[in-house]
Amino acid sequence: MDRETNRVREQVLRMSGVNVLKCMRCGKCSGTCPSYEEMDYHPHEFVYMVEKGEIDKLMASESVYKCLTCFACVERCPRGVEPAKLIEAVRLEMVRKQGQNRLKPDRIPALLDEELPQQAIVTAMRKYTK
Amino acid sequence: MIYSYYPGCTLKTKAKELDRYARRSAEALGITLNELPEWQCCGGAYTTAQDEIATKLASVRALAAAEQEGGELVTLCSACHNVLKRVNHDLLTDGEFAGKVNRYMNPEQPYGGKTKVVHYLELLRDTVGFDELAKKVVKPFTGKKIAAYYGCLLLRPGKVLAMDDPENPVIMEDFIRAIGGDPVIYPYRNECCGGYVTLEDQALAVKKSSAVMESAEGFGAELLITACPLCLYNLNKTDGFGTEVHYFTELLAEALGVKD
Repeated sequence: MDRETNRVREQVLRMSGVNVLKCMRCGKCSGTCPSYEEMDYHPHEFVYMVEKGEIDKLMASESVYKCLTCFACVERCPRGVEPAKLIEAVRLEMVRKQGQNRLKPDRIPALLDEELPQQAIVTAMRKYTK
Repeated sequence: MIYSYYPGCTLKTKAKELDRYARRSAEALGITLNELPEWQCCGGAYTTAQDEIATKLASVRALAAAEQEGGELVTLCSACHNVLKRVNHDLLTDGEFAGKVNRYMNPEQPYGGKTKVVHYLELLRDTVGFDELAKKVVKPFTGKKIAAYYGCLLLRPGKVLAMDDPENPVIMEDFIRAIGGDPVIYPYRNECCGGYVTLEDQALAVKKSSAVMESAEGFGAELLITACPLCLYNLNKTDGFGTEVHYFTELLAEALGVKD
């Protein structure tokens, strides 16, 4: 693992507070994930790929933007690994970079309809933007 | 009984019914909800990253203001409830976080998480009592099959929100019984509706919400209730289902005879 990869890995682990070594690979997190079919990398893969330092692949994938933050994997993990916290940390590591905001305010008007609650916009801004 | 009240951004705009009927019903039940004089949007989502401070400060301000007013803060929107309760929990249990927050905000009185965040449903269960509520119902939903949709933010993570069993909740079903209805228990009641992703991938949200509607209708639901504006939006974006979706406060106000 080179120095930069190691730095990102340490940062993701520290930010998330997740202990990847607790994972026993049961796959329950991915089994319960509502976005499973939309993801290239699934919650259990985030756990072992962060462990191995393969974070660049995760950061480059759409999967980081598919987590609905429903906390199903957090609640249902029998080992308390809580993969959603890792996905959040990887996404932040991505969007915190200069120019990497996923959702820019000028894109929003085109995405609105009459009923869309403000809650959806503020949540998306918080998830996709720094 | 007087409580501080945090409506949140959506209850002032697209979810006015959720707010209006909650206030009317509270009045009918002898509860005064005092809206915090100055509150800011909670941000919609609690950030789990431990180094995120600024995104949590709006919640801290509301929590600290409620402490000055009596120490109990009522929330209604599932997202606000989730964010405020979790930020409060962090302040109470994470000294390093609380220290950073207080050094940055430099308030006259440091805030350490003493405010009790109470969801409106908890208020009905723990303060009013569902038995007492039932006695005040003038227009019961007798024989109506009503499905409670919890979604994700109301109950999870169970250890922090500590509102009900996150996998086998009863609070909304007990509420339905109190207003005379017949609760429908169905498998998808605490699965996700698709949430905020609807903004850029509505197909995903529709798929998730359709699974919820199908599950509820399959178990005989005639009506579905929620506490969350985003759940209501996503469920209403589905096609081909006859079940109406309402805020639980609309049914409460109707049952209490104060809807219009």
